[in-house]
Amino acid sequence: MQTKRLGPQTLRLAHPPSVVSFANIGGKMEGEGPLADFFDILSNDSFFGAKTWEQGESVMQRRALESALEKGGITANDLDFVLAGDLLNQCIATTFALRDFNIPFYGIYGACSTIGEGLSLASLLLDGGFAHLAAAMTSSHYCAAERQFRMPTPYGNQRTPTAQWTATAAGCCILGAQGDGPYITHVTCGKIVDMGITDVNNMGAAMAPAAYDTLRAHFQATGEKPKDYDLILTGDLGHLGHEIVIDLFANDGIDMKKNYHDCGMLLYDLKGQDMHAGGSGCGCSASVLCGYLLRGMQQKRWNRILFAPTGALLSPVSSFQGQSIPGICHAVVFSNEKGAVQ
Amino acid sequence: MEYLNAFLCGGLLCAVGQIIIDKTSLTPARILAGYVVCGVVLQAVGVYQYLVDWGGAGATVPLTGFGYTLARGVAKAVEEQGLLGALTGGLSATAGGITAATFFGLLAALLFRPGEKR
Repeated sequence: MQTKRLGPQTLRLAHPPSVVSFANIGGKMEGEGPLADFFDILSNDSFFGAKTWEQGESVMQRRALESALEKGGITANDLDFVLAGDLLNQCIATTFALRDFNIPFYGIYGACSTIGEGLSLASLLLDGGFAHLAAAMTSSHYCAAERQFRMPTPYGNQRTPTAQWTATAAGCCILGAQGDGPYITHVTCGKIVDMGITDVNNMGAAMAPAAYDTLRAHFQATGEKPKDYDLILTGDLGHLGHEIVIDLFANDGIDMKKNYHDCGMLLYDLKGQDMHAGGSGCGCSASVLCGYLLRGMQQKRWNRILFAPTGALLSPVSSFQGQSIPGICHAVVFSNEKGAVQ
Repeated sequence: MEYLNAFLCGGLLCAVGQIIIDKTSLTPARILAGYVVCGVVLQAVGVYQYLVDWGGAGATVPLTGFGYTLARGVAKAVEEQGLLGALTGGLSATAGGITAATFFGLLAALLFRPGEKR
C-alpha cells in the first residue's frame, strides 16, 4: 500500500498495465485537420450511417471498439471490463453502443476527462489482478453535444471567440496485464476545482485551474519536473486554457513552455479551420491519444508522456441556474519502460 | 437613399450585437431577448418610431423591430379595447411574424435533414 501510494492523489502501479491495442475514429473536420493521418477510420457522413447524431455517436464507439479488438487480435469475449462514457444525458452514446457486446461494463462520467478516468480505473483493475484485459473508451459528437449543451445546430448559434469545437471522434484503448508496452506507470486522480467561472463559452479557462491542480499534485508526489517527460498533454483546454496553465506554473517558477501541449490545439488547424479557441469533447483527447500519441510512443518518438485530459463538470441545468463550472483533470503516465522512473 | 438608410440602420444594429457577442460573456439567447426588450422600451418612450421612419426595414427586421411591433400593437389595442389590450395587442400585432416563423420552420424541418454547421 505504502509503496503504491506516492501522495494524496498519485498512485504508482506495481504491475504497470500495457497498452494492448488502440483505435480511433473521426468525422469530417477531424479528417481535414493536421492529425488526419493518425485516424483508423474517418467518415464524411456526420450521421455515420445512423438515423440521428446520437445514434451516430454510438456507431463511432462501436466501430472504435471493433477496430481496437481487431488490431489487438482479440475478441469481445476476451475483455474482462470496459469502462466508458460520453457527454450525452445518461451516457446513451456509450450504453447503446455496448448493449450488444456482452462485456462487463462500468459506465463513467468525467466529461471530457473521461478517457483519463477510464484509463486510470482500468489500470487499477489490472494492477489489482482483477482483470487480464480491460478497455477504456469514450466519444463525443459535435452535433449531439450542441443539442445537449447549447442549441440544436439548425438554430445556427454563433460561436464566441473563446468557444471551442466539440470533436466528432471516439477513441478506444485496450489495456492488458501483459504486453510489450507502452505501459501505464502512474495514475493521478483529479480533484474538483472550481474558480467561479460561469461563462459556458470559455471552458478552457474554467478547466485550466483543475489541470494545474492535478499536474502540480503529480509533480509533488513523484518528485518529478516537467522536463522528466518528453511530452505533457492536457485534454482540451484550447489555446486560452493552455496559456493559463503555463502562467499558473510560471508563478511557481516552473517552466512549462518547452514540452507542454494541449490535445485541443493539436486536433485541428485552429486558424485554417476557424476553430476559435480549439477542440474539446471527450473524443478530442481520446482520439489524439489513441492515434497520434500512442503511435508516436510505439515509434519511440516519445518515451514518456504525461497525459492529463480535463473535464468541465457542468450541465445545462446548472448553467441556467447561474452556477459556476467545476473542472477536473485525471492524469496518467505512459512510458515505454515498465520499471517506472523513481 | 431608402436602401442605403436601411443598410446602415440594420447593419449598425447587427454590428452592436456582434460586438456584444465578441466582447461580453452574454449568450446569444440573452442578447436576442435583450434586443427585443430594448425595442419595446424604445418604442414605449416613443424613440424607435423615428428610427423606423429613417431606416425602414433596417429598423423593423432586426429583433429590436419585433419589440417595436409588440409595443405598437399594445398601444393600439389599449386605445381600441381599453386595458385588456395590454394583454392581447402585442401578440395580435406580431401574429404574422410568429406564424410565418412557425410555418416555414415546420416546412424546412419536413423537407430537409439537419446538417453539420461549418
